[in-house]
Amino acid sequence: MSDQNNTQHIQLAEESIQKQTTTLNLGPTHPATHGIFENVLEIDGEKVLSATQRLGYIHRAFEKIAERRPYGQIQPLTDRLNYCSAPINNIGWQLTVEKLLGLTMPKRVDYLRVILMELARIADHLVCNSVVAVDTGALTPFTYVFQMRERIYEIYESICGARLTTNIGRIGGFERNFTDESWKKLDEFMVVFPKTLKEFESLLNRNRIFMDRCIGAGPISAERALNYGFTGPNLRATGVDYDVRVHSPYCSYEDFDFEIPVGTNGDVYDRFMVRNAEMWQSYSIIQQALTKLKDLDPSVYHADVPAYYLPEKKEVYTKMEALIYHFKIVMGEIDIKAGEVYHPVEGANGELGFYLISDGGRAPFRLHFRRPCFIYYQAYPEMIANGLLSDAVIALSSLNVIAGELDA
Amino acid sequence: MSRPVQYNTNNKPAVIPEGYSGEGFMATKMDQLVGLGRSHSLWPLPFATSCCGIEFMGTMGSNYDLGRFGAERMGFTPRQCDVLLVAGTISKKLAPVLRQVYLQMAEPRWVIAIGACASSGGIFDSYSVLQGIDQVIPVDVYVPGCPPRPEGIIEGILRVQDLVKAESTRRRNHPRYKELMESYGIE
Amino acid sequence: MTNEYIQQILSDKFGAAVWGFEETFGIFSFNIKPEINTAVLQFLNDEASLSFQFLTDLTAVHYPDRKDEELCVVYHLHNLVANKRIRVRASVPVAQPDIATMTNLFSSANWMERETYDFFGVNFTGHPNLVRILNADEMNYFPMRKEYPMEDPTRTDKDDEMFGR
Repeated sequence: MSDQNNTQHIQLAEESIQKQTTTLNLGPTHPATHGIFENVLEIDGEKVLSATQRLGYIHRAFEKIAERRPYGQIQPLTDRLNYCSAPINNIGWQLTVEKLLGLTMPKRVDYLRVILMELARIADHLVCNSVVAVDTGALTPFTYVFQMRERIYEIYESICGARLTTNIGRIGGFERNFTDESWKKLDEFMVVFPKTLKEFESLLNRNRIFMDRCIGAGPISAERALNYGFTGPNLRATGVDYDVRVHSPYCSYEDFDFEIPVGTNGDVYDRFMVRNAEMWQSYSIIQQALTKLKDLDPSVYHADVPAYYLPEKKEVYTKMEALIYHFKIVMGEIDIKAGEVYHPVEGANGELGFYLISDGGRAPFRLHFRRPCFIYYQAYPEMIANGLLSDAVIALSSLNVIAGELDA
Repeated sequence: MSRPVQYNTNNKPAVIPEGYSGEGFMATKMDQLVGLGRSHSLWPLPFATSCCGIEFMGTMGSNYDLGRFGAERMGFTPRQCDVLLVAGTISKKLAPVLRQVYLQMAEPRWVIAIGACASSGGIFDSYSVLQGIDQVIPVDVYVPGCPPRPEGIIEGILRVQDLVKAESTRRRNHPRYKELMESYGIE
Repeated sequence: MTNEYIQQILSDKFGAAVWGFEETFGIFSFNIKPEINTAVLQFLNDEASLSFQFLTDLTAVHYPDRKDEELCVVYHLHNLVANKRIRVRASVPVAQPDIATMTNLFSSANWMERETYDFFGVNFTGHPNLVRILNADEMNYFPMRKEYPMEDPTRTDKDDEMFGR
């Protein structure tokens, strides 16, 4: 009798017929992963015991490419990091180079940048939240919300010409002033967006089924999150109110009045709610920016730095200095002093950091992107351990891992 | 009292394959009939990797609506799909996976390379990126762009539809097709 | 917590093994000897007046011209409460690029060290799983080092005269 109670740990071979756990491969091309990365899960029935990950399926060697390109040409690369919110990456890069060069931007440029970054943040959170809804089975909010994304794409297109990978703005400001058409589209968006977001929230926020599904799935505590280097909405969902826009303000964010929504448990429901609340905060920031812009001179859209910002075409054709500046900027032979700068911005996923070392040459000596997705995705096995397989799927989509930013 | 038609007022007759028609019957070639049916019910397999994948999601959305052209049901399993839509950068690490997915698709199958990265490596001329998926699998239609506009992706689907309509049902036995497959090392 | 205070307390504790204190663009940085990296980071973490408990970034830089100090491992730390960032640099020679791992202290260092190993070949001793993470597993060189080109070295169809490698 006592022998039966004395259980021993039995090691069975992998191929053994008595092995109790199943190895399930979720990826790399899987509709549930929303990106190209592979999760190998050990599951016991429905319960996930452990997971390992394989990345690098879309590694495009951004950092190596950046060592060959002059500063202006690196901006299209930054687009493709977190491609759901490309303007944030672009503007982050411009801010990094401007920090290195010691340039200050006029207020109007700052406010325009803030508007674009908040629009990008709304776009990214819309994708993430609607995809969480799709993974729980609610397919309709996805189509409603993508209409809002189409409106945001149209705003980008009227400003810079591209919908998704925007390459918006230049080092020194914007390439052209915002047209009346883009202001009209922005105003329409500001009217239509709250209605759609309210509808989206009314479908899901207090929906009993959605809440039962998501509360308690994929949780992580604040201490573990900080140890894993979490930033952004995932960290704020655990209760830590760290936001780069408030801690290290850039681009005149200190002029704006907004709250930082935080959660408590760090589970899927908290992340969903934090993102929803952040969208409302971004909306309010855009409203404040639009009011502030009324007092500023509407013809200013770049700083007066002819050495780094392309001069007007008619001046290039008539003045000698403008011609020389144009030539130097286009050929990439601008004077960049040597230096080492780390500039963080609040990306849609967290602290997106640009670590730039310049040695005075035309291309950076070293450019490293501190990518939030890469850093917090490490915690995924810990978050889903002892949870159900379906919870593992929604935990993954609520983390908002964008493959372009993961692999860089 | 019926509501007058406001928008779709062009008279667009359906495209009927050429053949001999009479009172209550129409005779045409089997290939053309099958091609007509196939082309209007292509089931795509989205192999969406990066930014082009997001633009593809926008194409599937209600604004650009790829479902109008018969591509409503996106299967995520290669066994059930006709068209492999490769959208996004394919790295050398992913190339064997792509080939495996292509091999699992049943004949007849077509491939669209969406975007510059899938067509030729795009702006990423680095050590880790495959310079075009046609190095591992045969491609039917290339859609350039970075990312291509949704209209471009729809144009790609329409060109595949043209290919499908014109295709013989005995394509897989054709010597040129066999030669193409052998050049890729596919049985 | 001022830069002078950090410099003072570190020099008192570690002496000549920390040097090169400077502030670049708002971040206070200094160099340390690679052997003491665990001790320094642990001290920065535990000491109540410092408490740099958030590892923002871990990467490396390859300086081919510095003899015996080619690979410089860079840690960015952040004290979230006092809102202070510092940068710690530890250089290792490319012939023997060994440095202790920080995964016991910061779980986020796990993949960041793997990435640094993958790109530069820095060997983090004590790491639980130091294998390649982003590049293909079969790759046998460390691509971010300066001597390797951006393009695939085995490629034959790109004409050097036209594209100028």
